[in-house]
Amino acid sequence: MIRVVLPAHLRTLAQVDGEVRLDVEGLVTQRAVLDALEAAYPVLCGTVRNQTTKQRRPFVRFFACEEDLSHAEPDAALPEPVALGAEPLLIIGAMAGG
Amino acid sequence: MSGVRVLVGTRKGAFVLTSDGGRKTWKVSGPHFAGWEIYHVAGSAADPNRLYAAQSNGWFGQLIQRSDDGGATWVPVGNQFVYDGVAGTHQWYDGTQRPWEFTRVWHLEPSRTDPDTVYAGVQDAALFKSTDGGVNWHELAGLRQHKTGPDWQPGAGGMCLHTIVLDPTRDQRMFAAISAAGVFRTDDAGETWLPVNKGLHSEGIPDGDAEVGHCVHSLAMHPTRPETLFMQKHWDVMRSDDAGDSWRDIGDNLPTDFGFAIDVHAHEPETIYIAPIKSDSEHFPLDGELRVYRSRTGGNEWEPLTNGLPQRDCYVNVLRDAMAVDSLDDCGIYFGTTGGQVYASNDAGDNWSPIVRDLPAVLSVEVQTLP
Repeated sequence: MIRVVLPAHLRTLAQVDGEVRLDVEGLVTQRAVLDALEAAYPVLCGTVRNQTTKQRRPFVRFFACEEDLSHAEPDAALPEPVALGAEPLLIIGAMAGG
Repeated sequence: MSGVRVLVGTRKGAFVLTSDGGRKTWKVSGPHFAGWEIYHVAGSAADPNRLYAAQSNGWFGQLIQRSDDGGATWVPVGNQFVYDGVAGTHQWYDGTQRPWEFTRVWHLEPSRTDPDTVYAGVQDAALFKSTDGGVNWHELAGLRQHKTGPDWQPGAGGMCLHTIVLDPTRDQRMFAAISAAGVFRTDDAGETWLPVNKGLHSEGIPDGDAEVGHCVHSLAMHPTRPETLFMQKHWDVMRSDDAGDSWRDIGDNLPTDFGFAIDVHAHEPETIYIAPIKSDSEHFPLDGELRVYRSRTGGNEWEPLTNGLPQRDCYVNVLRDAMAVDSLDDCGIYFGTTGGQVYASNDAGDNWSPIVRDLPAVLSVEVQTLP
C-alpha cells in the first residue's frame, strides 16, 4: 500500500482528511503512483500534472525520505521505503507568497 | 417576492450574496473554494439554479465547478481544455512568437436557452464550449486559428479571451473580446470569425488603427438592441450600432476614459455605466474618489454617481467583469473592487451602499434576478 500526502487544497478537492493509501501494481514510480491517484480521485486530474503531456505542474513538488524527487524521471523507481509503505510520497505546493 | 443573487468571484474564493427585491438586507454565503482564485461565477438564464464557477490557482491549475442548487453545493466537472489541432504561436511581450498555452478560464458564459451549454473564454486566448454541463469542453478553433492570430499579443494580464456576448435574437451570432487583439464576431456559431474593430484607435501599437491589436477591456449589450454594443477599451469608451462593423468614441466629458467595466441599464438601452480609472499606470479612481459614471444618452453626456461611495482616499480598482445589473423594476447596479467591497444601488445608481466591505480582491460580479 503506497501512502501519499496531498497538499491541503487537493485534500479538500478529493474530500480526504489524512494520507491517501493506494494500491500500485508493479514497479512503484512517480507515474504509477500518480496514475493510481488520479484513478482513485478523478477530480485531481490536471491538478498535479498536465492531463495531456503528464508533465508535473511547475509549482508542484514531490518529496520523499527527505529528498526532492521533483526532477526524477517519472518512470524511475521511488525510494524503497515509499514502495514498502514505510514512508509517504509528499505532494507539495511549492512555497510562494499569496 | 422576487429577489437577487449576486455571484462574486475573488482572489481567495467565491461568495454568493442574496437579498429580496428590496435589496436592503443581504445574506452572505462563502467563501466557496476558499483560497482559490475565482475569476468568474455565472448563472444560467435558462435555469437560475445552475451556476458555473472558474476556479484556479498557480499551483494546481484550473477546475470548473457546477452548482445545481443556486450555489448551496458544488461539484467539480471537466477541466480539460485542449487546443484543437496544432496550437500555433502568437506574439509575446518582446515581439517573439510563443506557442499557445492554456493557463486559466477567465469568463464563463452560459447559453440563454440551455443550462447544459456554456462557453469559456480562456488564456491563452481561445473559446471553448461545453454542451454537457461543463463535463467535456471542445474548442471553437476558428477564432484562435483566424489569420490574424500570430499578431495577437498579451496585455498586462496575459493574452486572455475575457468577454463573450451572445446575441439573444440570433442563435448563430456571438462576440468575443481578447486582450490584446480586439473584438471578433461570428455569425455561424463560432465556425468563422470576423475582426470588428474599425473605428478603434489605440496608442502603443505600431498602427493605431490596425485590424487587430487593440486592448478591449469589456463589452456590454442590451438584449433588446443586439446591434448596439458598448465598449470600455484600455483607453476610450466606444459604441457601435452596427454589431461592431464600426465604432465611435462616446467618452466625451469624462474626466478619464480609462477603465475596465461597462454595463447597460436593464430597462433603458441608452443608459450605460462605467467605473473610470485614472490611467493605465495608476489603476485607481481619479483623485481617490470612487465614482460610477452614468450616461442616459447612450454616451457623450455623463454624470458622476457618488452618493454612498467613498469620495476620499479610495485607491481600489474595478475590474472588467466586476459590474452587473439586475432586472427588477428599479434596476439594481452592482460592482466589486480590488479592495474587497461590493457596492449595490437599488435605484439605478443614484444611491449606493456596500453589501460587503472586506472580501478578498473582487475579480467578478454577476447578478441573477430570481422569480
